[in-house]
Amino acid sequence: MMRLLSGDAPRSRVLALLLALILLALAFAPFLFPGSRSLETAARICVVIVLVASYDLLLGYGGIVSFAHTMFFGMGAYGVAIAADRMGPGYDALALGALAGLIAAGIVALLVALLSLRVRAIFFAMITLAIASAVAVLVSQLSAYTGGEDGMNLRIPRELTPAFRMGEVFGLRITGKILNYYLVFTGCLALFLVMLRIVNSPFGRVMLAIRENAFRAEAIGYRVVVYRAVATCLSAMIAALAGSLFAIWLRYVGPSTTLGMELMMDILLIVVIGGMGTMYGAVVGTAIFVLAQNYLKELMGGLSEATSALPLIPDLLSPDRWLLWLGVLFILSVYFFPTGIVGRLRGTR
Amino acid sequence: MPQPSLVTHDLTVRFGGHVAVDAVSCAFTPGELTAIVGPNGAGKTTYFNLISGQIRATAGRVELLGQDITRLPVSARTEAGLGRAFQLTNLFPRLTVLENVRLVVQARARRGFNLWTMAQGHRDLIDQAEQVLERVRLTHLANQTVAALSHGDQRKLEVAAMIALKPRVFMFDEPTAGMSVEEAPVILDLIAGIKADAQATVLLVEHKMDVIRSLADRIIVLHNGALVADGPPAEVMASDVVQEAYLGKELTDV
Repeated sequence: MMRLLSGDAPRSRVLALLLALILLALAFAPFLFPGSRSLETAARICVVIVLVASYDLLLGYGGIVSFAHTMFFGMGAYGVAIAADRMGPGYDALALGALAGLIAAGIVALLVALLSLRVRAIFFAMITLAIASAVAVLVSQLSAYTGGEDGMNLRIPRELTPAFRMGEVFGLRITGKILNYYLVFTGCLALFLVMLRIVNSPFGRVMLAIRENAFRAEAIGYRVVVYRAVATCLSAMIAALAGSLFAIWLRYVGPSTTLGMELMMDILLIVVIGGMGTMYGAVVGTAIFVLAQNYLKELMGGLSEATSALPLIPDLLSPDRWLLWLGVLFILSVYFFPTGIVGRLRGTR
Repeated sequence: MPQPSLVTHDLTVRFGGHVAVDAVSCAFTPGELTAIVGPNGAGKTTYFNLISGQIRATAGRVELLGQDITRLPVSARTEAGLGRAFQLTNLFPRLTVLENVRLVVQARARRGFNLWTMAQGHRDLIDQAEQVLERVRLTHLANQTVAALSHGDQRKLEVAAMIALKPRVFMFDEPTAGMSVEEAPVILDLIAGIKADAQATVLLVEHKMDVIRSLADRIIVLHNGALVADGPPAEVMASDVVQEAYLGKELTDV
């Protein structure tokens, strides 16, 4: 067990319990929470965990602020979509598309890193923002390849679509959609364990050292620019793989689902709420965030009805105000847990 | 006479019109501890920065073990055998004492790009780091974070990191700065221990004359960025040049 976690114990009983709960819930989601909407939410949580964790590799371990992370996520997604569009619905198209996205993300990340990691952190952040915006414009303009603003629907192998049926398990009809979910779940779990391994390796320790004091890391013999470039590439490539999985799951890619600034902001928020430089923060943060995004509205609707006899309160709790309450939740969590949920649970300052 | 391990040839740096280090040529040999003295602003720390690479030279050369390192980045100079401790404490504040030393050992073993093994699994690196901590008597603080340490212990840890780095040339920039009278001798003992190794070249920037008297084999004096005196301690300290440099008088003849 500890080998699988690369020796990185949760170091808090509550955290261990939370992680186990989230893992079990995701592993048995189709059986525990039947219905297409909850499955949709579970798959989204899986993918976003990997996306956020790969960003944590950059921000929490390397101290690098980038706004181009969704660009790499999009590269993986569009890689699969374009390959499936050209080659037809086959596993070879999916694999080749994912590989192409992975390589493209790696190369672009290397270029960005080598061109700009020598400059100060704020300039690096600005450069990534500019590149990400340019790519987003490019994707919406090159509609012959990318479907433009409309995005594109993917044709994937029949075994992964709802039309495919293969009997019942525990009274649940197993469709291609459920097989597809398990593809996403297994892929995300594997990617997460790979990242956990990387951050606990000698390389991961060097990244922590660079975040703490880059000047000293260089002085004791670590070439900081090269380490940062490697971290940027790794993080981009993992984000691309997460993007490929997401495209296969949704059977659709579009600028807003994969490249948008909104998604980038979500990632930033989740890393901070979950706890930077912890990896597990991505899991806890994402679960809470995505659940809140999807179910806060319903919860408030229920509460509003339940309090309908009282003055003012039902208005405040009206489902239309859900974004307001989401905002309040964030402010409170950042105020009370400056080191994130995981930092708080581990009792570090 | 052994071969010099570190040589600077006409090493110069200009900041705008100001010449901070002015054509300093000097050779340092193994088994020798050289104290670099001079009034504040004489260019001692800048001279160190030029050698270890934090600042690039305007003109001149630095040679380490026969290799020209003038254009190399800081990390490559460290790999080539240079070790530098800084005037202001410079550590990884939120990492543990052991991890601070372990990172140095790991750098020297060149295992930083190892992505697929567990850092905890590299037992040999941890053992070496623990040995160094024992040598400087910091074992009892191994699992403390550096930020929780006293100033004296932090300076001790910097010396520990230097010992772990095992460079051929050690550079100490006021190692006892800000330390109490009781704490300073521990650091000086450690430096004396480093000097005892005939392979080590030691450069020391220091203000305290008693420290210099007890440790230095040789003194060089910098004044306004230029090398104005070089020789055995007794001789240099008695010379007019040093007296005048420290009293701040004009130098008439160099």
